[in-house]
Amino acid sequence: MQIFPRSSNAIARASLFGAVFAVAGLFWVVAQLQRSPYITYAGVRKSQPVPFSHQHHVTGLGIDCRYCHTSVEQSSFAGIPPTKTCMNCHAQIWTNAAYLEPVRESFRSGRSIEWTRVNQLPNFVYFNHSIHVNKGVGCNTCHGPVDQMPLTYQYASLQMEFCLDCHRAPEKYLRPREQVFNMRYEPPSTGEPVVVDGIAYAEQGKLGEALKKQYKVRSAREITDCNTCHR
Amino acid sequence: MATNTQIPVADRRAPVMEPGHTFVTIGEKVSNIVLKRPISLGWVLGFFIMFSLMNMLLFALGYLFLKGTGIWGINIPVGWGFAIINFVWWIGIGHAGTLISAILCLLRQTWRNSINRFAEAMTLFAVACAGVFPLVHTGRPWLAYWMFPYPNTMNYWPNFRSPLIWDVFAVSTYFTISLVFWFVGLIPDFATMRDRAEHPLTRGIYGILAMGWRGSARHWHRYETAYLLLAGLATPLVLSVHTVVSFDFAISIVPGWHTTIFPPYFVAGAIYSGFAMVLCLAIPIRAIYGLEDFITMRHLENSGKVMLATGLIVAYGYGIEAFMGWYSGNQFDSMLLWNRLHGPYSFWYLSLLATNIVIPQLLWMKKFRTSTFWLWVISLVVLVGMWLERFIIIVVSLHRDFLNSSWGMYYPTKWDWMTYTGTIGMFLTAMWLFVRILPMVSISELRTLLPEAHVHEAEEVKQ
Repeated sequence: MQIFPRSSNAIARASLFGAVFAVAGLFWVVAQLQRSPYITYAGVRKSQPVPFSHQHHVTGLGIDCRYCHTSVEQSSFAGIPPTKTCMNCHAQIWTNAAYLEPVRESFRSGRSIEWTRVNQLPNFVYFNHSIHVNKGVGCNTCHGPVDQMPLTYQYASLQMEFCLDCHRAPEKYLRPREQVFNMRYEPPSTGEPVVVDGIAYAEQGKLGEALKKQYKVRSAREITDCNTCHR
Repeated sequence: MATNTQIPVADRRAPVMEPGHTFVTIGEKVSNIVLKRPISLGWVLGFFIMFSLMNMLLFALGYLFLKGTGIWGINIPVGWGFAIINFVWWIGIGHAGTLISAILCLLRQTWRNSINRFAEAMTLFAVACAGVFPLVHTGRPWLAYWMFPYPNTMNYWPNFRSPLIWDVFAVSTYFTISLVFWFVGLIPDFATMRDRAEHPLTRGIYGILAMGWRGSARHWHRYETAYLLLAGLATPLVLSVHTVVSFDFAISIVPGWHTTIFPPYFVAGAIYSGFAMVLCLAIPIRAIYGLEDFITMRHLENSGKVMLATGLIVAYGYGIEAFMGWYSGNQFDSMLLWNRLHGPYSFWYLSLLATNIVIPQLLWMKKFRTSTFWLWVISLVVLVGMWLERFIIIVVSLHRDFLNSSWGMYYPTKWDWMTYTGTIGMFLTAMWLFVRILPMVSISELRTLLPEAHVHEAEEVKQ
């Protein structure tokens, strides 16, 4: 005794296939959402007490990264400049600009400017700027085109897969040490090879392998150990 | 040729089904329990008690999520307490259902036909109870999905070399196959229920579940093929699941865990406790719902025999463990044996020997095997014994390991007990609902036991 019409067979079949696609689709949506700026904040410009432009200071004026981020070569922390660093110039130029008032106020009162942090790793990750800079990882490999950012934003997802992408194969990204702070550095190509110790490299793979050896970068096995970053 | 209405049985054995039944009486008798029988006060009272216990489980788990696993008795050195004991115990209980439904099906044991339905239901509920424990034992159950290999933002797989990950796969496969097997077996019965139900809503629900079953020859052909294939798929799981569970222990180097006998000994123990649970449930159910015609003394006696056989394998396992403690000459292994017999938990080890080995020997005697009362008591004793076995394996092995300085004791807290009894409540709540919602004995498979269902073509040709 059937209580459903024959046509409900079609619904039953469709629901079988539909369930497969619906579940697969749901997984895809969650995977995409988890990697989206909604979760990672990559590419999101955050408002700052002073609208500081890296583009103006780096590209326009040609200031080196290390002029402000002084401890990047010796310390885990790259360093946020004190107001005095700003005042080196701004005591002389733009002294009446309205939007620099928080800087002058900070200088007068001695209270630091409270910048909104842009790149933040979780506390269970141990990260050291100096080791990366000294082994030939360029600033913009992780921080992106900071020299073209009118308002600073986080470039990479900073998820673990982002870190492991390089830790599993550092040769994909290494560059000569003297190019680390060059924001316009281009990886080697046949037209424009990169010369290290008199040898011209036309491929990133070959250059990376050579630098890995020269800078004594430890093996992928060692730098992907859990306790390399989770100490 | 005259039809023999009696089912031929060997001498001195109870029949698989009492004589006098037809296709119609079987269908009526089983489906009326669900469709016609009014809800009794006893059912409501029992359900209330079990449902309260289940809510106690939810309360205990809620408090656990709030406070963390510190509310349990676990600490170093005994980091695996009640949660893992109960997990192994429940998973083991589930095994009888799969053995009955799959292996006995392939071996064409017709006596399985009247107990496979509720044994499979028991398997599913037991595995669900088992699943609660490792989940909450992780400490952060909301991250339990990390155990599955999926493309995550950490770009990392789970540690495939860990038996705890093998467990995840073994148990989830087991649950899935058991569920599909159970559902496929239910389809012809859903159709019977649909046809016999009077309320349109009831009819609609059973109708959807029956998936348009008409009972045509083609339907039966496909059904039988699918059922046989699923039985073939489920058969290795009977052996593999508890083997993998035993690897959780055997892969480690803890004395008392690091033994090669664990897989067979665990599987035998699982089937042992599983049949104990089957008897524990079947004996009251057949009395309350008047199913003595279908679940006869033959079934109870056979289950008792399976218990006796698997119990002896378990006893052999204990014997080998004790023997190796002496024969290996290893001071830590012999210390373990001494500690079991004379250490702080010696009372429980001796209770284990009594409940799991000594008392079940009564099953050698037909008088005990054919007495529902004694079978029920013995199966309860075995359930306690198999729980104690896991307690001894986990707690006694862990609490005194290689270094005296790291010795300690394990005392379960009230939260441990609440969680444990809570899962018993959850299990029985599900059973309580099951007997009132689904046909607890397979109508279609019982019908195949009738002489009318057998093809006599060859004999007719001879005439």
